[in-house]
Amino acid sequence: MIVTFFFYLFSLVLVLSAAMVVTARNPVHSVLFLILAFFNAAALFLIAGAEFLAMILVIVYVGAVAVLFLFVVMMLDIDFDQLRSGFQRYLPIGAAVGAVLFLELLLVFGGWQLAPNAVQFHASPTPPGVSNTEAIGMLMYTDYFLLFQVAGLILMVAMIGAIVLTLRERKTSRHQVIAVQTARTVAETLSMVSVPLGAGVTEAGGFLSPIVEEQEEFVDEDAGGHGHGHH
Amino acid sequence: MMIVGIGHFLVVSAILLVLGIFGIFLNRKNVIIILMSIELILLAVNLNLVAFSAAQNDMAGQILAMLVLTVAAAEAAIGLAIVTIYFRNRGSIQVEDVNLMKG
Repeated sequence: MIVTFFFYLFSLVLVLSAAMVVTARNPVHSVLFLILAFFNAAALFLIAGAEFLAMILVIVYVGAVAVLFLFVVMMLDIDFDQLRSGFQRYLPIGAAVGAVLFLELLLVFGGWQLAPNAVQFHASPTPPGVSNTEAIGMLMYTDYFLLFQVAGLILMVAMIGAIVLTLRERKTSRHQVIAVQTARTVAETLSMVSVPLGAGVTEAGGFLSPIVEEQEEFVDEDAGGHGHGHH
Repeated sequence: MMIVGIGHFLVVSAILLVLGIFGIFLNRKNVIIILMSIELILLAVNLNLVAFSAAQNDMAGQILAMLVLTVAAAEAAIGLAIVTIYFRNRGSIQVEDVNLMKG
């Protein structure tokens, strides 16, 4: 009874916050409502008995994805009012498509029933007497190990892709040019000096030979306008 | 076993999916909200997978839900990276302005 009550409570908040995500005027509010929706979805997962996934949902979605959205929304200097023009124009067609889709889904959900011999096709039945996390662990590193590794590969590709996409070469950054280093010869870096008796090294030509013509000037052009970037 | 029937979960996830698709239609110009709507749709998928997994006593659904979660996180990272570099190059993220490839 109490579980049913909480199910309806969390579902209501989930649906309302999801509606606010798509209709909120300020995208920062959208992201915050998205976080609320994720929390309530995690609560629904708990009610369904998937504790591990509920915690993963909170950690991954709220801790990583939603914060990423928040960063991007706050970092980009966007005129959001301009982006909202056409909101009224798309409202009817969006509502129509949504209503049709929802009716179709309701028809599907109203008419389906489980095949009587569906039980024998279970891929990996829940082992009795173990916790949810233990059951997932027992499956994920054995039967679904390939899937687990593919997930890791996808994450690595995403990480490399995001870094490669957003990396930019700065003119002020001084990094190693290996070709220049290996192309140097002894003649242009080292000179033999015969030092006379009693005279200092400086009089004889010094150690700093050949003399560096001009020091490359370090221009810090990014000091002032950081947020604007290079166009 | 589940205390709440599976039909309730299915209706909630159907509403979530419809809201996500509605959001894509509604915010045709704002690509960040479109990405958030896609996250909502994937959340609905996850809810369906977990509900069926609990109702059928089959752990495979929860494993699959974890994979969907992974893909959703990767998609958000790549999508937001593309949005960031697009904004850096063009100074706008209007979907209608994305016509460099004349597609």
